Amino acid sequence: MEKIFKGAAIFLDRSDINTDEIIPAKYLTEVTKEALKPYLLEDLKLDGFDPKGEKLKNARVVVSRQNFGCGSSREHAPWVFEVNGVHTIIAESYARIFRQNMFNGGMLAIELPKADIDALFAMDAEGDVSIAVDVDAQVITARCGADERKFNFAISEFDKALVKAGGWVEFADARY
Amino acid sequence: MGQTIAEKIFDSHLRDEPFAGTKVLNLDRVLCHEITTPVAIADLEWRGKDRVFDSSKIKAVIDHVTPSKDSKTALQAKMLRDWARRHKLQDFFDVGQNGVCHALFPEKGYIRPGFTVIMGDSHTCTHGAFGAFAAGVGTTDLEVGILKGVCAFREPATIRVNLEGALPQGVYAKDVILYVIGQLGVNGATDRVLEFVGPVVDAMTMEARMTLCNMAIEAGGTCGICMPDMVTVNYLWPFIQDDYASKEAALEDFKRWHSDADADYDQVITFDLSSLEPQVTYDYKPDCVKPVGQMAGTAVDQIYIGTCTNGRIEDLRIAAAILKGKTIAPTVRGIVSPATPRIFRTALDEGIIQIFMDAGFCVTNPTCGACLGMSNGVLAEGEVCASTSNRNFNGRMGKGGMVHLMSPATAAATAVAGVITDARTM
Ligand code: SF4
Repeated sequence: MEKIFKGAAIFLDRSDINTDEIIPAKYLTEVTKEALKPYLLEDLKLDGFDPKGEKLKNARVVVSRQNFGCGSSREHAPWVFEVNGVHTIIAESYARIFRQNMFNGGMLAIELPKADIDALFAMDAEGDVSIAVDVDAQVITARCGADERKFNFAISEFDKALVKAGGWVEFADARY
Repeated sequence: MGQTIAEKIFDSHLRDEPFAGTKVLNLDRVLCHEITTPVAIADLEWRGKDRVFDSSKIKAVIDHVTPSKDSKTALQAKMLRDWARRHKLQDFFDVGQNGVCHALFPEKGYIRPGFTVIMGDSHTCTHGAFGAFAAGVGTTDLEVGILKGVCAFREPATIRVNLEGALPQGVYAKDVILYVIGQLGVNGATDRVLEFVGPVVDAMTMEARMTLCNMAIEAGGTCGICMPDMVTVNYLWPFIQDDYASKEAALEDFKRWHSDADADYDQVITFDLSSLEPQVTYDYKPDCVKPVGQMAGTAVDQIYIGTCTNGRIEDLRIAAAILKGKTIAPTVRGIVSPATPRIFRTALDEGIIQIFMDAGFCVTNPTCGACLGMSNGVLAEGEVCASTSNRNFNGRMGKGGMVHLMSPATAAATAVAGVITDARTM
């Protein structure tokens, strides 16, 4: 599936959002990614957040706080984002396995410093935010109405190579 | 500059460094279960790459939901089973022989000091108890591991955790690791190896070290790790006796995996555990930890003793010693899942199963079951479980349920009293 790193953003204002909240274990009996689609963030309890709402349905980018994706190793968590069209997550920090799973699938798990995450949340308070990521230039552009802001981000050469290759299977298969 | 055990393992297994700081390692073990592997198998088939790098290094088990409970879990089991047969895996464990992966694979002697181990399961860190680098990975890493026998990691930074003193009577490895996680926080060891050393670790059995390393991930750790010593040698001896002239010779060999005295650590933390109390979690994160005294009196509906954290024979012995001659409170239901068939059989031979049944427990076959809310004891909305497992996330054992993590001793005492209870007061 072609990955798209731009679009409407949804903001999840909490740290430690875990993989059980992203995709509850009872759906791990599915053996295709597509089958996970209806269950994205089903168990996440957060003020103003509706897992069945339009906001999440239209979102292409997720912005959150610290330690995003902690808990189990289930790649079902990145997959449920993937099949819902969310290929970019921006947070202060991630659990290691979740972060690696995102890049392994050719998707982005971008880390920004707290001040930049705060600035993005401040934009969200003003209205709908759309975000576009330029992986080569390592720049995030966030727009809210007429307001436009740019944020630089760091990404390792390896993670960039995974995104370019389309994922770790493609990268590893070409090399080993 | 000296090296940590993790750095030594990385150096000895380095296959490639495609970019500075990215280490692609050769793998000694790729472990598989039926929840995360079928999607990898399906993807390999779809890509026309249905191959395995080495059928002797890949081990597989059906453990999360077994025997299968419905058509979907039956399909997952079938996909793993068919694949294991197709590729002639020597070590595949199905109904009758199967048990919880992180208890079963060590028991079979598959994990050795200095090994690199991956599995599509976050509690793979358990195997670090043997002085191995063992990391939970996602399905894509697992897929590449199956196909190519490699996995990529960042340079390993290590937090050395000195566990000083001697544990008081009635305080166990589970209490130690809950306390450490409470101190570090769920994010305190992210992308780090947790190296456990000190007199408390030296005095631990392999079972206790596995409990300790099992929960490294709950502090975000990539791997928990203990230095191999005579305890390790004794545990592994039935599997390695043909390789070494004596246990001393095995120990000498294992010592090459010890961290050097002048190794460089990301952090060094010391805890004196001489007056540690039994620990219990509250709320929905494993770092929300309190001494049992502060939780005493909390009512529970279910007791769950088992899992890769505390479903080993030592755990069942500790719980049975408390349950012997007693019955569980009429307001609770008790479930015990011995983690492997061998543990089940030993518990049977030692009269432990009898004690559990006399106390009013339901004894299930070896499986993960209720631990992740998939079968054998799922909670209803609003119910509370005292559990020896490792995760208390919201919904973990059933939507709307609450899980309090604790040692087998505390769980057994809680079963008798019907409310969270300090076993030392019984
Ligand atoms: S017992 Fe629980 S934590 Fe351990 S492998 Fe099974 S589901 Fe995971």
